[in-house]
Amino acid sequence: MPKEFRLILKNADKPGYTPDIDCYMANGGYEALKKSIALKAKETDDGKTKTPQEQIRDEVMSSGLRGRGGAGFSCGLKWSFVDRRSGKPIYMICNADESEPGTFKDRQIIHKDPHQLVEGMIISAFANDVHLAYIYIRGEFPEGARILNKALDEAREKGFLGKDVLGTGYDLEIHVHRGAGAYICGEETGLIESLEGKRAYPRIKPPYFPAVLGLYMCPTIVNNVETLCAVGHIMNMGGSEYAKLGTPRNTGTRIVSLSGMVKKPGYYEIEVGKATIGELIFDDAFGGGLLEGRTLKAIIPGGSSAKVLKAGEKFQMKRPNKDGELESVEVDLLDLPYDFDSLMAAGTMSGSSAIIVMDDSVDIVEALANVSAFYAHESCGQCTPCREGSLWMSKALNRMTSGKGRKEDADYLTHIATNIQGRTICAFGEACSWPVLSFVKKFKDEFEARGAADEAAQLESNQKGAVNSAN
Amino acid sequence: MSLNIPQKLESEIEELITHYPEKRSASMMLLHALQEHFGYVSKESIEWIAKKLELKPINVHELVTFYPMFRQEPAGKYVVKVCRTLSCALGGSGKLHKHVCSKLGLDAENHGLQTSEDGKFSVEFVECLASCGTAPVIMCNNEFHEGVSQEKADTIINQCP
Amino acid sequence: MANETTKAEIKPVETVTVKVDGSRVEVPKTTPDWQGNPIPTTILQACKMVGKEIPHYCYHPKLPVAGNCRMCLVEVGMPAMGRDRKPILNQDGTPKIQKGVLPYDPSLPRGAIACATPVAPNMEIHTDSDNTKMMREGILESLLINHPLDCTICDQAGECKLQEYSMEHGQAKSQFVETKVSKPKQVDLGPRIMLDDERCVLCTRCIRFTRDVAHDDALGIVNRGSYNTIAAYPGSKFDNNYTLNTVDLCPVGALTSKDFRFQMRVWFMKETESICTSCSTGCNIKVGSRENKVYRYEPRDNDAVNASWMCDEGRLNYKWVHREDRLKECLIRNHNSESRSVEWVTIIQELSERLSKCEKGSVAILASARASNEELYLIKLLADHFEAITDCVPRKGEGDDFLVQSDKNPNSNGARAIGIAFSEMGIQIPEIDEGISEGRIKTLLSFGENITRVGMNDELLAKLDLLVVSDILGSHAADKADFLLPGCAHLEKRGSFVNEKGRVQKFMKAVEAPGKARPDWEWLRELVVHVTNEKPADTLPGLFNEMSANNAAFGGIQWKDLGSLGTDIKI
Repeated sequence: MPKEFRLILKNADKPGYTPDIDCYMANGGYEALKKSIALKAKETDDGKTKTPQEQIRDEVMSSGLRGRGGAGFSCGLKWSFVDRRSGKPIYMICNADESEPGTFKDRQIIHKDPHQLVEGMIISAFANDVHLAYIYIRGEFPEGARILNKALDEAREKGFLGKDVLGTGYDLEIHVHRGAGAYICGEETGLIESLEGKRAYPRIKPPYFPAVLGLYMCPTIVNNVETLCAVGHIMNMGGSEYAKLGTPRNTGTRIVSLSGMVKKPGYYEIEVGKATIGELIFDDAFGGGLLEGRTLKAIIPGGSSAKVLKAGEKFQMKRPNKDGELESVEVDLLDLPYDFDSLMAAGTMSGSSAIIVMDDSVDIVEALANVSAFYAHESCGQCTPCREGSLWMSKALNRMTSGKGRKEDADYLTHIATNIQGRTICAFGEACSWPVLSFVKKFKDEFEARGAADEAAQLESNQKGAVNSAN
Repeated sequence: MSLNIPQKLESEIEELITHYPEKRSASMMLLHALQEHFGYVSKESIEWIAKKLELKPINVHELVTFYPMFRQEPAGKYVVKVCRTLSCALGGSGKLHKHVCSKLGLDAENHGLQTSEDGKFSVEFVECLASCGTAPVIMCNNEFHEGVSQEKADTIINQCP
Repeated sequence: MANETTKAEIKPVETVTVKVDGSRVEVPKTTPDWQGNPIPTTILQACKMVGKEIPHYCYHPKLPVAGNCRMCLVEVGMPAMGRDRKPILNQDGTPKIQKGVLPYDPSLPRGAIACATPVAPNMEIHTDSDNTKMMREGILESLLINHPLDCTICDQAGECKLQEYSMEHGQAKSQFVETKVSKPKQVDLGPRIMLDDERCVLCTRCIRFTRDVAHDDALGIVNRGSYNTIAAYPGSKFDNNYTLNTVDLCPVGALTSKDFRFQMRVWFMKETESICTSCSTGCNIKVGSRENKVYRYEPRDNDAVNASWMCDEGRLNYKWVHREDRLKECLIRNHNSESRSVEWVTIIQELSERLSKCEKGSVAILASARASNEELYLIKLLADHFEAITDCVPRKGEGDDFLVQSDKNPNSNGARAIGIAFSEMGIQIPEIDEGISEGRIKTLLSFGENITRVGMNDELLAKLDLLVVSDILGSHAADKADFLLPGCAHLEKRGSFVNEKGRVQKFMKAVEAPGKARPDWEWLRELVVHVTNEKPADTLPGLFNEMSANNAAFGGIQWKDLGSLGTDIKI
């Protein structure tokens, strides 16, 4: 039986568990930090010396931890790209902008267990010689910002933060920076611009890779809330132990945000890949199934920008057979293990690990119109294809949902979306075009039927008009 | 017209500025601070911030028009934000928004911020508030409410003093 | 200068070999960025070097790269790497090239923006492949959906990059059937600039220029997404001395010059290379004219002088050329102040006769540092003949730390090099005053200056036996002159100046002079021939070469050496 595996959310929902530092420490909090910061330089087999910082980075690398924000990029690798020879300060930013529709996992951590984030962040900052770090929290979380500020004050008071952390001579300051309602701040270079006090226009890469030219043109690490929390656990249990959680290449745990039309929407922490999409929707340990009398129509598996998957869809997957050789097998949507690589193989992504479930009561055109309106509203407007295309798609879908659809609108939408994806400064181009491309491709009949019906109605009303005026 | 910034707020602002190696970075935090104090970001606030951070007013104005949480007009005493995005929409936020609007005598077709005649409430149909598992959700000023039925919305509104 | 050349010779330029549309080309590994600092050569720069222009809107060689328009997306192939991180080879030993495709949809190209992507060894760049064209068409379609399609009434028509690229790269028809976004039109952005936000393609060239080059962070983008709009802060005006450069930079008809808009269709105009005369910087300009009327100045690229820019004051300082009070006649005045209009032959003849009678040392010459080197050379020949005391009138004003010099004469250094004026310009004027006053100086030749403005009053001038004035516009001195010769504006003749830093630059003739006014060097030469025994060259290039040969400062440079960008001399 699949069930939750709570590592990050281990304490969050325990009765009596509070977000203050005493409660956190009574539950073993800040031990990972103490352990990390007490590491001594170590001789390796080849006679080189590893600094404590390098040792922590090695643990994170060997843990196989992948970014929990959306792209699923190796955290260890990301840290390894940091330019440590520039002579410039290295900054760290926690991306707490949690803005991908469908996602509400970081909210749980911030509200219920903020010190876990603070601890993970201090360890990560220490490991990367960071002395100034920020938590960029979305503007719609005023309470979260208040809680984090309080947690940071408490950590300062205990000597975990500020000058001379735990008497080691290491200085670190962390500040909370509030966003103000812009999805694009979830994109790390847009976030950096925003933190610099500018419009959150993502930067072109090359040359502005954050690891080299980030905040104030200094090397910068941007990590998601959940990723930074995981670092604390990795230091507690060791990278190789952490890597045993989940599945190979998809290690550790992830908090899945489940929303939409299921009996028990909510957040569920699982070992990555140890539960299937079907289990997450139907199992009593998770979503508990669809609403009475409903059948599954589609799911969006990784936040609203992920390509939609249609009920009954089958995918060809490479699986090792009993001799260990890779073999192609057909897998139903519901049997897809919920991890980075399986979803990618299914042509979509696990993104921010947010599943939105849609049953047969959902009008697919309306659903897409809703999603497209979001992306049209959130496009920063910096680069041409997305600025023009995101609103274009939304206008077309609004037209379709107001009775003015056309049969050719399915192809029309595909044409617009194709001209956006892969041609923009940042991944928002994909975020706004993928829903359109996938909805239209997989539910083309519904789009065409709607267009045809609208055209027929239009024709009829024109004819009536003609008859009336003839009379 | 000059702004009347209380000493306490000004020292909070001075403290915020110290959080950043470059003053400009404090722009958004200052905008939040002044909006919280005055209820909105006036032209005077923009110019005050620009001066404080050694910027041009256009630098701050660019932000106010980019980030939807900043408003350039005064709003009601209570700002009710109803989440519009997919999970909440699937949970009935469209109807909820209509209900809240009609209760307050506002036009539900209008997605921008609109304020009731008595100036007590403003309603806005906003994008994802990141609590999709408890759809539909609303925020009433800084208070967050989950799983909001029409009845619950009525209670929230009625309980606003 | 010489040292730099030697260094470059010692250190060979590192190169990268790439393929552009199938041809192997070698390009330098680094190329100057917008500030002249070496950066890894970009695809766009590499292609330009081999004569392939990649269409673009936001990129400008003199501005920081923005990468926002996406028009320069090109299909690119890179050597495929094996697991051993070594290039995979084809059977013939050449590296196997892998074209960039979208990881999630390999049937579609993953373009690279040419403006910001550095070239890499063995990279294959496709500036004209089907995929590149497809990406370009997509961008153009996006740019056009919300753009007014009214080129016939747009002032930018003829020099609009949107229009031009649509012809070259666009599709015949857009599929767009929705309502266009409406934005502010006829925005009065500043005293010299109008903005039409609906025509704007949001390339941000204007913002970047104003912020990063003119250092006046006055423009920004307001609103978000499709509603993005270029604006100045509400209630404030876009008003620095460089605003009109944004009009040149604007690739479309969004920013227009109030002075020029709707005055003349650009394709009717003739362009002439010239030099701005408003200060000693000598910004290189293009003069737009039609049928002897000047319509605008635009800066002409010259990295040694003005890069691609000029100040608004200089740019708009051309209207005097067509003023009503231009001198158009050759006038000879008698003792009763009665004047008669004569032909050039007559005035030169009568003036020469009068001048021949002047005693050496009794003549003073006040020339203008707005005159060309060739003219000043001829004046110098006259001065030497009469052993005349000479000087020019200084013209001081406000300078800035960008392009504007406080010396408002365009050819002060020419006047100094030729020996008409001295380090401190105008130092001889009190001497001349005194000479006239004491009766030692009996003849004053004033070329191109209103001498009454430097304190020479009627009482003083009345002491002269002979006052000769040549000028462009009427003046009190012109009214008093015994001989008045109508001169030409620099736009009406050829010549050269030496700028503040010692760059010798030439200007060409854009329009014909009004009335009898003729290029000053022509009649000055006639005067020299009549009065002295000299026979100066009878062509302008000849005069320049002669002057240069006889003047150490010019070191023998030839007219043809000036090219269109000029050349430096030691001053």
